[in-house]
Amino acid sequence: MLAFALSRLARAAITILFVVTFAFIVLRLSGDPALLIMSVDAPPEAIEAFRKAWGLDRPIWEQYLAYAWHALTGDFGKSMRDGRPAIDLVLERLPATLAITLPALALKLGIGIPAGIYAALHRNSLADRLTMMVSVAGFTMPSFVLALVLVLIFGVTLGWLPASGADSVWHAVLPIVTLGTAGAAIMARFTRSAMLEVLGQPYIRAASAKGLAWWLVVAKHALPNAAIPTVTIIGFMVGSLVAGAVIVESVFAWPGIGRLLVSAVANRDLAVVQALLMVIAAWMVLANLCVDLAYGWLDPRVRSGAR
Amino acid sequence: MAAPLVSIRGLSVDFDDGRRAARAVDGVDADIAAGEAVGLVGESGSGKSVTWLAALGLLPNRARVSGEVRIGGMNLIGAERRVLEGVRGKRIAMIFQDPSSCLNPVHRIGRQVTEALRLHRGMDGRAAEAEALRLFDQVGIADAKRRLSDYPHQLSGGLNQRVMIAIALAGQPELLIADEPTTALDATIQAQILLLLSRIRRETGMAMVLISHDLGVVAENVDRVCVMYAGRIVEQAPGEALFDTPHHPYTQGLLAALPTLTGPRRRLAAIPGSVPEPWNLPVGCRFAPRCPAAEERCRHEAPPRRVIAPAHQAACHFDVAGQSVWPAQEAAE
Ligand SMILES: Nc1ncnc2c1ncn2[C@@H]1O[C@H](COP(=O)(O)OP(=O)(O)OP(=O)(O)O)[C@@H](O)[C@H]1O
Ligand SMILES: [Mg+2]
Repeated sequence: MLAFALSRLARAAITILFVVTFAFIVLRLSGDPALLIMSVDAPPEAIEAFRKAWGLDRPIWEQYLAYAWHALTGDFGKSMRDGRPAIDLVLERLPATLAITLPALALKLGIGIPAGIYAALHRNSLADRLTMMVSVAGFTMPSFVLALVLVLIFGVTLGWLPASGADSVWHAVLPIVTLGTAGAAIMARFTRSAMLEVLGQPYIRAASAKGLAWWLVVAKHALPNAAIPTVTIIGFMVGSLVAGAVIVESVFAWPGIGRLLVSAVANRDLAVVQALLMVIAAWMVLANLCVDLAYGWLDPRVRSGAR
Repeated sequence: MAAPLVSIRGLSVDFDDGRRAARAVDGVDADIAAGEAVGLVGESGSGKSVTWLAALGLLPNRARVSGEVRIGGMNLIGAERRVLEGVRGKRIAMIFQDPSSCLNPVHRIGRQVTEALRLHRGMDGRAAEAEALRLFDQVGIADAKRRLSDYPHQLSGGLNQRVMIAIALAGQPELLIADEPTTALDATIQAQILLLLSRIRRETGMAMVLISHDLGVVAENVDRVCVMYAGRIVEQAPGEALFDTPHHPYTQGLLAALPTLTGPRRRLAAIPGSVPEPWNLPVGCRFAPRCPAAEERCRHEAPPRRVIAPAHQAACHFDVAGQSVWPAQEAAE
């Protein structure tokens, strides 16, 4: 297990390095930051001065090494707009994003998983069909449409909940529900099919043949096995928690990372965009690492490298 | 004769998926006496597994099961889940064809054995582990102590089948259904597992039903053989009688396909044609389309069960009296 964990850790580290490099390349390919930020008709001396100040006049590999070193130590330079450290701008927005995405995750798992298990155990029943119909509706509807529908119903027509802003706990309700709905639907479908797959395995029949009560067969021989594929999708959801809120934050004017990303890109604030990408990527890699470790914990075949 | 341990009467199983009705088992009658070893043979698809899965209530819900399966005066067909759970593993245990996929890949095998011990014998902790070790010894698993903490994927198919047998023995059942326990294994391992099953039966005195599509496998290991074809039992007889004077053309065909160790080497002749699908069964005798002796009557009337000798019955319109209806085999050159 230790060797397994170490190999996954090494993989995570390499991925981070890869992301750092990738972010650098993409941003440099997208144009000369000096021109982008200063506008084309600025005097040449001003552009030159800007280049010097930001190290843009040095050879590209030197820029890369300096950037990579700083990035890995969490230093992304100062925001080109307001001069504060970019990473601070990002980190002070993180709690707001987590304040809606973590409850949304709880909603996805707390509703999706039980619904999926129930549907699988009562396959083809009315409840199963109903659950699956609702879930199709849930994940085919784009989140901004759902957001607008919710605002219309609960914000405008009924007037029960505030439609935008972040002044009270109530402001978080609609963003959370919007984020949670599609995820819960996906989770329900995925859990259901993972459970059905496992319930069809010979060891389930063999466990019943042993004389185990059905709930014990489900609890001990179906759920742990169905958890293995389900962990993948959970990891994906956790990984996209931070990045996934962009649209919803924009619709509800929620002051999180997503809104910051939109404005930083619009302002061509390179340092902030890079810091954002790094935080988002690091979060995803961390989620992936957790998934890998969870796999090893859940599935002895993965742990021993068999398969 | 004492009352049988398990008695099956008129057991039928239909699979109805809405598009077509399929009768996989059709009016099976059979008795298993305490301590007896019975073989159940027939080609693939003849309903051998479904018969016993139905008896233990292990078929999916859409299977419609009728008839009776009695053990100790209790009818298992239509019984409550709690009743069935009390019989499974405790009075009737079942092991299956593909041992490696019948063990849960995420649990240690030791735990899968102690799970049965806790359930049936109320054993926990040290006592359960000690008993698991004893069972592993009994089923011939070397280095039992270390094996307890292995996962199924670390064991060979043969070892996994031994684990399955240990689990089956955990409940000290009166009857073990071994459903093609060796089909997925190599020939040498096959022989070892069959020997093990015979030895365990001698040691424990439990009854056994050995399901196989190979008459040869069954013959050496049981007292009595039931031959099943397309959902019906077409002949049953003590092993010797079945070999010496087979009365049903199907049995004769199966025997003709066996390689003999003693007599002259013959060409193996599988029976031409194949088992009819359960949704497309012929009326009359189900074997008629493949039977060399079939006549008009066979295609209309289902043959009654005829008693040939005590404990020997065959369902054929003709009394062939042990004379094979199949063309003689030439000696192989
Ligand atoms: N769950 C099921 N749904 C529908 N049909 C089934 C189901 N299980 C078995 N059958 C059908 O019932 C018939 C008998 O199957 P069964 O498994 O009992 O055969 P068998 O004699 O055990 O053959 P084998 O040697 O292949 O194990 C087959 O035609 C099969 O297609
Ligand atoms: Mg079978």
